[in-house]
Amino acid sequence: MDARILDELRAIVDGRGLISSPEELHTYECDGLTNLRVMPRAVLLPTSTGQVQAILRICHREKIPFVARGSGTGLSGGALPVENGVVISLARMNRILEVDFPNARAVVEPGVINLDVTARILHNEYFYAPDPSSQSICSIGGNVAENSGGAHCLKYGFTTTHVLGLDVVLPDGTLVHLGGKALDAPGYDLAGVFVGSEGTLGIATKIILRIVKRPECVRTLLAAFPSTNEAGAAVSGIIAAGMLPAAIEMMDNLAIQAAEAAVRANYPNCGALLLVELDGPLAEVETLMTHVNEICLSNGASEIRLAQSDAERALVWKGRKAAFAAMGRISPNYIVQDGVIPRTSLPQVMGEIVRLSQEAGLRVANVFHAGDGNLHPLVLYDRRIPGQEEAAEALSSNILELCIAAGGSITGEHGVGEDKKKMMSKMFAEPDLLTMQRVRNAFDPLQLSNPTKIFPTPRLCGEKPGKYTPHPLESSGLAERF
Amino acid sequence: MDAATPSQPATLHSSFRYKLISFIGPEHVRATSAVDAIVGVQPKVLVAPGNERELAEVLRLSNEAGLAVIPSGGGTKRCWGNPPSRADLVLSTARLNETTEHAWADLTVTVEAGCTIQKLQEALAEHGQRLALDPLWPEKATVGGVLSANDSGALRLRFGALRDLIIGVTLALPDGTLASSGGKVVKNVAGYDLPKLATGAFGTLGVITRAVFRLHPLPRHTRSFTVATSTGEETRRFVQAVQNSKLAHTALQGRFESGISPLVDVLFEGTEAGLSAQEAHLKILAETSAVTEASPEVWKARQGLWSFTKPESAALAKFSILPAEIEKSMETIAKSAGTRRLQWKAVVQATGIGWLRLEGDAKDLRVSLQELRELFERSAGSLIVFYRPAAMPAIDTWGGAGDAFPLMKAVKQQLDPRNTLNPGRFVGGI
Repeated sequence: MDARILDELRAIVDGRGLISSPEELHTYECDGLTNLRVMPRAVLLPTSTGQVQAILRICHREKIPFVARGSGTGLSGGALPVENGVVISLARMNRILEVDFPNARAVVEPGVINLDVTARILHNEYFYAPDPSSQSICSIGGNVAENSGGAHCLKYGFTTTHVLGLDVVLPDGTLVHLGGKALDAPGYDLAGVFVGSEGTLGIATKIILRIVKRPECVRTLLAAFPSTNEAGAAVSGIIAAGMLPAAIEMMDNLAIQAAEAAVRANYPNCGALLLVELDGPLAEVETLMTHVNEICLSNGASEIRLAQSDAERALVWKGRKAAFAAMGRISPNYIVQDGVIPRTSLPQVMGEIVRLSQEAGLRVANVFHAGDGNLHPLVLYDRRIPGQEEAAEALSSNILELCIAAGGSITGEHGVGEDKKKMMSKMFAEPDLLTMQRVRNAFDPLQLSNPTKIFPTPRLCGEKPGKYTPHPLESSGLAERF
Repeated sequence: MDAATPSQPATLHSSFRYKLISFIGPEHVRATSAVDAIVGVQPKVLVAPGNERELAEVLRLSNEAGLAVIPSGGGTKRCWGNPPSRADLVLSTARLNETTEHAWADLTVTVEAGCTIQKLQEALAEHGQRLALDPLWPEKATVGGVLSANDSGALRLRFGALRDLIIGVTLALPDGTLASSGGKVVKNVAGYDLPKLATGAFGTLGVITRAVFRLHPLPRHTRSFTVATSTGEETRRFVQAVQNSKLAHTALQGRFESGISPLVDVLFEGTEAGLSAQEAHLKILAETSAVTEASPEVWKARQGLWSFTKPESAALAKFSILPAEIEKSMETIAKSAGTRRLQWKAVVQATGIGWLRLEGDAKDLRVSLQELRELFERSAGSLIVFYRPAAMPAIDTWGGAGDAFPLMKAVKQQLDPRNTLNPGRFVGGI
């Protein structure tokens, strides 16, 4: 990228909004997936939709790839910069533009922090439902890109359920309005396609959110089980009884130990812990909580606690939400995995994970959104021991294969990004992926918007090898392949 | 898009018909009659493939032959949409009608597109579950048709629309591709969300052959109440009070009619103890308005709008407005209809989605619908005309798609470049 283009970009963002010195660029060379790093050519920090449009027009004219970035908390490398590309950080577009209580809508810029939306509307007893564990630092724009979930999406749905409309700057700089404040705008549901497209279809600069009235009461129950099998059976029992809790979370013994070490949530020391949250009208919740209690007991719960106050509830959740970071207390290094299985295959998949873990000689801690089968196995290892990192990566990826084999998914909420694109062709057939690419071409024919993410490059990298054809040198006996 | 379309053959070429018969079987290929007409346009042949591979192959052959294909489920919404610019072959999903997999313990179901909603619900009920959706004419409407038309009823307030219930889809594309996206688990962010793209696409991008849905338990108990309000202002206050309360109501709708006081229906689902507590709370919110226990039939009011005695002088439209503007919108409708002495009746859900029937002089219907569309569009809403009498001057079904329309055309161009599927029936001539 020559200096003339940099000057042009600098002029758009007022000088202050362009970073190009190598020492400052280091901050942006990775996101939450820190083992992959690429130095961008420049980082731009626009403050308005107009500036984003102007930047993308230049990128389009010069065919410069770009990567949008929110808070950089993503765990799949979705905001990993692209060689010779620019990063467009939306951090300065962080205003809550409008709160409309009568219509239960909030209009925000992409850089607004998830939890700040709830903070702004709490006084009127409303909240913004999607609650990824990183909600105190992650941005709504990033949530839109990843279609973020969280513990409470079991009942309340994902980001996509709560995004009604978007202002999107397409990769050629055109501004389009997708969806809107009212439902069912005529035409294709392109807002539905955009949410979860991991930054590959353009940049959202304004987002219309649905906000939700807080329930009359919330009750959180903590139950200790001998192992994940009994806890899993209790989950099935709750679902089979026709209940839809706000959240059902499970942690295994290793995860409990780590969370205890980190935040002292006062969890019982047991094989598996179940956290069940019910919300709604008081009379309803109290009746159902009695059932949950019975179901847990009949499935072998050794101890059951009901959080008695908001403070106790907060502490229970603090342990769960801190679980990933807490692994640092029990292991020098760890890989966070994110896979989904049909809930009923939990015992079988857990058994397989134990087997794989023993074979690899590595510990695996498990944290689940058990209600919807979203697993977060954490593979623990020590980078200083030669070969362990590779073994951990192999184990982590084998766990994903278990998820696919069980009829699940390679990602429930962290996204494909750079990290899992290799796995896409194991989950989808080629026509499926080509069809998605056709949709992408409609938005981004030049493939400038986060171009290297989500989709595998099968022929080149051999992720899905066809019939093996030997190289001519092999056929002629001049080379060998090992 | 039209450039790629060859001139329309007067009748289907006999060799093409022979090809179809040879692999679908003669009993599944038949000439059409007047009842198969699509918004007044007569297709030539109806083909009912026996599985999704066959369906994709018929679609591919038709696409290659330059024929226009009209996907068809139960045919309940055949009058919806603009008249197709061409219609050669009706592609029926009638034989793809099985519930492939009800993973009841995982609360998901995989079902073929031609299965009727009622048949699906009956299968799900065996395990105490349901697809939490109340579309029109469930005994005839199919999964594929309801998805394509994005039809939802009062349950949407609590459970969301089809876009929130569908978790996986398989589409047959005009080039014969069978493409799946989403999956069989509720939580899944791998790849683009094509189930949402197919939902509401009116069969213009691909033919839905299969869908996967998340399910909900059947309610333990349900109770419905009707609150009689005397003015629009009172309706608004009550609806807002309910929406702003801590009640966990499942549905909330207003019924409005020219010259009659509005009624508001509320549905609760849950435990007996919970329902009694909510009933008490509801009565406090209703203040002086009369609250009566209602029959579940009130939730069929939307479908009831379609039972009109004089089809030659009635029009039906779906509209979308901001939820807080229900009162204002009803005044707008009353004024527009009153000026032209039209009778009107509307059912509006608290989500802001409503259905309006207008009756009267055909020309006046057109003027009123056009006026209402402009007014609703001005305040972020829309109005879609799903039925008009033959005597009413033509009106575009959909209204404007805004500045995203070129992008919608680009998506269409990518998936159906020869404009084979439902040509001209959707937004902006797509």
